[in-house]
Amino acid sequence: MRLDLTHIQRWIEPGSRVLDLGCGDGEFLEFLRDNRQVRGMGLEIDHTYITAAIARGINVIEQDMDKGLGNFPDQSFDTVVMALALQAVHFPDRVLDEMLRIGRESIVTFPNFGHWRCRIQLGIAGRMPRSRYMPHTWYNTPNIHYCTVHDFENLCREKGIRILARDVVGNTARSPILSARWPNLFATTAIYRITC
Amino acid sequence: MHATSEKSSVGIVLPQVARFEEPLALTCGRELSRFELVYETYGTLNADRSNAVLVCHALSGNHHAAGYHSVDDRKPGWWDECIGPGKPIDTERFFVVSLNNLGGCHGSTGPCSINPATGKAWGRDFPAMRTRDWVQSQARLADHLGIDCWAAVVGGSLGGMQAMRWSLEYPERIKHCIVIAAALKLSAQNLAFNEVARQAILSDPDFHAGDYLQYNKVPTRGLALARMVGHITYLSDDAMATKFGRDLRSGSLVQGSDTDAEFQVQSYLRYQGSQFSGNFDANTYILMTRALDYFDLALEYNNDPVAAFRHASCSFMVISFSTDWRFSPARSREIVQSLIAADREVSYAEISADEGHDAFLLPIPRYIEVFSAYMQRVGRSS
Repeated sequence: MRLDLTHIQRWIEPGSRVLDLGCGDGEFLEFLRDNRQVRGMGLEIDHTYITAAIARGINVIEQDMDKGLGNFPDQSFDTVVMALALQAVHFPDRVLDEMLRIGRESIVTFPNFGHWRCRIQLGIAGRMPRSRYMPHTWYNTPNIHYCTVHDFENLCREKGIRILARDVVGNTARSPILSARWPNLFATTAIYRITC
Repeated sequence: MHATSEKSSVGIVLPQVARFEEPLALTCGRELSRFELVYETYGTLNADRSNAVLVCHALSGNHHAAGYHSVDDRKPGWWDECIGPGKPIDTERFFVVSLNNLGGCHGSTGPCSINPATGKAWGRDFPAMRTRDWVQSQARLADHLGIDCWAAVVGGSLGGMQAMRWSLEYPERIKHCIVIAAALKLSAQNLAFNEVARQAILSDPDFHAGDYLQYNKVPTRGLALARMVGHITYLSDDAMATKFGRDLRSGSLVQGSDTDAEFQVQSYLRYQGSQFSGNFDANTYILMTRALDYFDLALEYNNDPVAAFRHASCSFMVISFSTDWRFSPARSREIVQSLIAADREVSYAEISADEGHDAFLLPIPRYIEVFSAYMQRVGRSS
């Protein structure tokens, strides 16, 4: 399972109801179902992923979250998860609002654009950064709203979103210490547990 | 010979008849003292009778959903694309039951059957049918076949409405509900098209107010016209453009040409109409369109589909098609939204297809993949 998902699964209550925005092939919801008795539902637009999730027995709705989540009632899920998709939506702030409306709490993960490698690529080489989590070229990428750990926390402050917990994924064995101390510089992926 | 040469076909099938002597109380207040249902089955019922799938037909469908009736049969059943070995409803795995609904004209008790009270054909006196009456009669058929619980009830269009009704009427007897190209109820536009179809039949002089059988007549012109109107709503603008465009079958639009020009689409529609009018009963067509009109899933639940679906306990798969304007993706999203709000298990796929409402009958690759993937899930839980 992807590293950010391994990190966030411990924040999911056993037996709870989870909505996974951009659920991919349903691997995470399958894990939660089989190990935490979670009742899950996923949102996805990729056709191949949708078929794979259905075959896994995951409830998946073909829906573009950029077009709104109004069909989900207020507080209808315990946790709303959006893993590595914040940077790909048109209105990240509105999606965050919706997540907090639909779920008691939310978990967001995103690639940290403030990572030192990104800074070197942009600041020294003068090129748009690419990495394992951001492998696309600038002209052909689903990622249209890059942000950093600082940017995200600023947005939360502005919107009055409470950060319940922060976790980070670094990219080397040493990096847990570094990325915990200086997340904006050493986190490759930032992970937030938030509520309103 | 089609039937035995195709590995993915269920081959030659024989319709069977189930007779029911217990009266069936109908929604309209009347009852049928006895009735018959004609049905076909494909595949084998397993030892614990847990692999049965009920297929519900749409407006003009019947029990012959897959395979061939004889080696000379030119066309297979109406849903042969989706039922058979290796197909979404895989007959290697499932025992499939497909019937002709009550009020039909292909063998089940309907307007052409003899009314035991009069000794004559029922004709226009045959009681009005609602979707819930069909579901009730289908439950009788399940009893007859020894099926306590369907692994899935599946249907497209009006068939999808029966599947949804099943989930509310017999929640303990259905594990999965597959609703394809359907709606919670008809829109005013849907009702309007059905009314045009009925008026076409009623205005045919051979209809004789529904007693045409007594006059040895068949209102073929009215039926054909009804089918033509219906057929337009089954196709998309794009599909018609691709299939026919403005191609001429005869005549010319060149200046100075005095003969009438005939477009391909005209002759196509007339052909569809005349084929249909030779095979379908006018009273049945009226009965079926009315059942469609009267269907309103949430009517008895304070018009609240969320409250309605709270009575269901099965899992749902909802599928729609992008160019379907009869029951558009928006209609399917209403179903999905209600199911989510009712906290039911639901998956939804919106298939890009040019074919309009008819797409649910066609082998569109993504549709087949999604349908197959969901049926794998059904198979695992059966």
